[in-house]
Amino acid sequence: MAAKQKLVVIGNGMAGARAVEEILARGGADQFEITMFGDEPYGNYNRILLSDVLNGSHDASEIFLNPLSWYAENGVKLHAGVRVSKILRHSRQVIGEGDIVEEYDRLIIATGSLPFIPKMDGLKLPDGTDKPGVFVFRSLDDTRRITEYAMGKRSGAVIGGGLLGLEAARGLQNFSLDVHVIQRGKSLMGQQLDDPAAAILKTTVEGLGIVVHVNKDTRSIRGHDHVTGLEFSDGTRLACDLVVIAAGIKPNSGLALRAGLAVERGIIVDNQLCTDDPRIFAVGECVQHRGQVYGLVAPLWEQAKVLAAHLAGTDPDSAYHGSKVATKLKVMGVEVASMGITEPSEEGDEVVQFTEAKKGTYKKLIIRNGRLVGSILLGDIRKAPYLAQAFERNTPVPEERLSLLFDIGAPSEAASVDSMPVEMQVCNCNGVTKGAIMGCVKQGKRSSKSVMEATRAGMGCGACKVLVSQVIEWACGGATEEDPSAGYYVPGVPLSKPELVEAVRALGLKSVSAVFAALAEGKEDPSSKPGLASLLNTIWAGEYLDERDARFINDRVHANIQKDGTFSVIPQIPGGVTSPAELRRIADVAEKYHVPLLKLTGGQRIDLIGIKREDLPDVWRDLGMPSGFAYAKRYRTCKSCVGTDFCRFGLGNSIALAQQIEARFQGLDSPGKLKLATAGCPRNCSEAMVKDVGAVAVEGGKWELYVGGAAGAHVRKGDLLCTVDSHEAVLKLSGRFLQYYRENARYLERTYGFVPRVGIDKIRAVVVDDSEGIAERLDQAMQRSVDAYRDPWQEAHTPATANQFRSMLPIVQ
Amino acid sequence: MEVTLGPITSIPEGEGRNFQVGTTQIAVFRSRKGEVFATQAECPHRGGPLADGLLGDSTLICPLHSLKFDLSTGQAANGECALRTYPARLSEAGQILIQLRDPT
Repeated sequence: MAAKQKLVVIGNGMAGARAVEEILARGGADQFEITMFGDEPYGNYNRILLSDVLNGSHDASEIFLNPLSWYAENGVKLHAGVRVSKILRHSRQVIGEGDIVEEYDRLIIATGSLPFIPKMDGLKLPDGTDKPGVFVFRSLDDTRRITEYAMGKRSGAVIGGGLLGLEAARGLQNFSLDVHVIQRGKSLMGQQLDDPAAAILKTTVEGLGIVVHVNKDTRSIRGHDHVTGLEFSDGTRLACDLVVIAAGIKPNSGLALRAGLAVERGIIVDNQLCTDDPRIFAVGECVQHRGQVYGLVAPLWEQAKVLAAHLAGTDPDSAYHGSKVATKLKVMGVEVASMGITEPSEEGDEVVQFTEAKKGTYKKLIIRNGRLVGSILLGDIRKAPYLAQAFERNTPVPEERLSLLFDIGAPSEAASVDSMPVEMQVCNCNGVTKGAIMGCVKQGKRSSKSVMEATRAGMGCGACKVLVSQVIEWACGGATEEDPSAGYYVPGVPLSKPELVEAVRALGLKSVSAVFAALAEGKEDPSSKPGLASLLNTIWAGEYLDERDARFINDRVHANIQKDGTFSVIPQIPGGVTSPAELRRIADVAEKYHVPLLKLTGGQRIDLIGIKREDLPDVWRDLGMPSGFAYAKRYRTCKSCVGTDFCRFGLGNSIALAQQIEARFQGLDSPGKLKLATAGCPRNCSEAMVKDVGAVAVEGGKWELYVGGAAGAHVRKGDLLCTVDSHEAVLKLSGRFLQYYRENARYLERTYGFVPRVGIDKIRAVVVDDSEGIAERLDQAMQRSVDAYRDPWQEAHTPATANQFRSMLPIVQ
Repeated sequence: MEVTLGPITSIPEGEGRNFQVGTTQIAVFRSRKGEVFATQAECPHRGGPLADGLLGDSTLICPLHSLKFDLSTGQAANGECALRTYPARLSEAGQILIQLRDPT
């Protein structure tokens, strides 16, 4: 084996150490003999948490990422506490203080950044040493020095009203000091916030007892042998015992500059993080890439990965293309998210804004050509993960801009993921906590699907799926892996819905097993079966080859399974209208079969619950009523109010319409269940506005048609699709809408998800205005499905499969 | 002890059925590829009727709360529990034969 190359890394901060970790992870230990220089006498620590050390919420020992022992364990030679004085490029040597010389074949510069010190008088004592009481806030030692000095003092000032300055100020409060923040500009956190947001933040900060001085340019630090106060350029003064200068950072590029490397604001690197010397690379805050320097951690992780892939040779094409940085932080208890630009900068930039100053909430979006180019969220940052993703991936945002700012009608998230307690239950069906998800991610699962399968979070009613995904994303530090199956119609067949439909049609696949054989290499995924069955039934209607094993148990025995293995039976009662004879029959059946629970349902029907499987055929026969399909992903029921015959407010005959709807759509297969309603007047007694399809009678003999409503695990008011003037038109348009939904929705995607996803304008264009010229085809497809209806309870007379209604078989010897 | 449960045709392709063997209830599954599996009848999670689950190759999903099991080993996909399994085969005449363990 060839001799190892010598790799020297200058800098043992977050970038240098991460780059080494990434190189080791790619087998770099076999290729390189690694030597590191760090000018701090420690292992590598998380600089982001220094403010927590200052404010006392973390002990210094808690923020270490790699202790000194890690270096030895990984065969990395570390010169801790040794500052590098020069790089000799001709002899390929790095010279450290104390005459330490290391030779290199490859060199990585990761010197980070230095505090930026604005020009002012009185920083030093006359003898040139640091004036006691003046501090910067960059390292563990800085933090320790501030802590030691602050004890017993009365007031402190922080120069700099950016993120670091505010965190330093919050830290100083921990020592019972009166704390002042001195900002040269007119507003706080000018990098991340616009003026209104900064004003809200200022109010919040002042509410915490910190005095904020804006438009104050510090001219000098007063005090002969130690700090006694500040003097500003406007002549005013402020008395204080200590000063922390946190006015920003600048790339620490002096060493590179002296070595003759190309340096502007930072060390100039190409897409492989290589400087203009092909043996020398640079990574982190000290670099300038395509004119950008970064002061946040996310770009640094990306750079370290690319550099490692390049050096270790695992991916020679690996390239860094710059970072789009979305930041999420907590400043003094105020949650802030910021990404991209803070003000519109091009003509046509669209600004969406919401302010509720009293609650400290501010939200702003800047949208260009339908894509998010900037956002500020203050106070309420629940939408931040979603927005950050849209921003980073540059995906188009929904037309309904309001939904970008608020989860309208969505289950309210009690708090953002970050502040959510570890023991908080995220999935209420399966009792999965935030901590359980974190544990699962820690074990290496990094895609939503794998975490959900392992913890069963989100696998109950599904209403929490978005939140679960957010928690997973948070737990992965934003580095979730895209699950390839996320775009499939069903997980077991690697095709999107349109691709699958095309393949099914082209190959004439009429059964679920045929689909697995032709499109999934013969591998049968059980969780994919009901979705495929539903789709094939939609495509082929009467020609579909119905394999019963592809159905969920409810759909095999046409009843809803209960927790004890018995079933519930709900016969059809169209429009919720029944008769004494029907009620008598139901009563007789309930007595004859000792039905333990007889209950009125939410869908205006009667539920006979607790029926034994063996009794199902007899119960159906005795009832003499068709199935109400209250067990399947199909059309369920259409509720109705009293309508016109008796109600003194009724404007339209809602009962007759509901009965017509039921007669037409009964048993219709669908991606999700379908619950409909008709209301005889806008009082909406039948709650038609929160149904998958709802028809509401209005004055003038007209019906308003609402789609995409829900009032279950998710609550959403339906969108008005159109207003029509006859029952026939309601049937026709709702049928066309339902067919469009059946053909285009994902499996188990209810209309309340489908309608906002596609957009009501688009749906209206297709369904009402026939913008795509497919209305007639949709109508015909729906008619075929309507014609294919048959009452499954007829299987009482002729079972479809062997022992269909037997719960236990005797042994036949 | 090997027990004959009856003809495989008593179970539709891709489904499962329960059998009472003495005091023990056993779920038997018939995959579309022709394999036969036998396990305890109730899901260890909340007692769901496993024979009513969705079957694909050797994977079964319980109908009550969607726990996933590998019928060839009995292991749950999430590793939290496992099913008791019984070696099962078909006779040449298409009879289901399962191997019962001696009582311990």
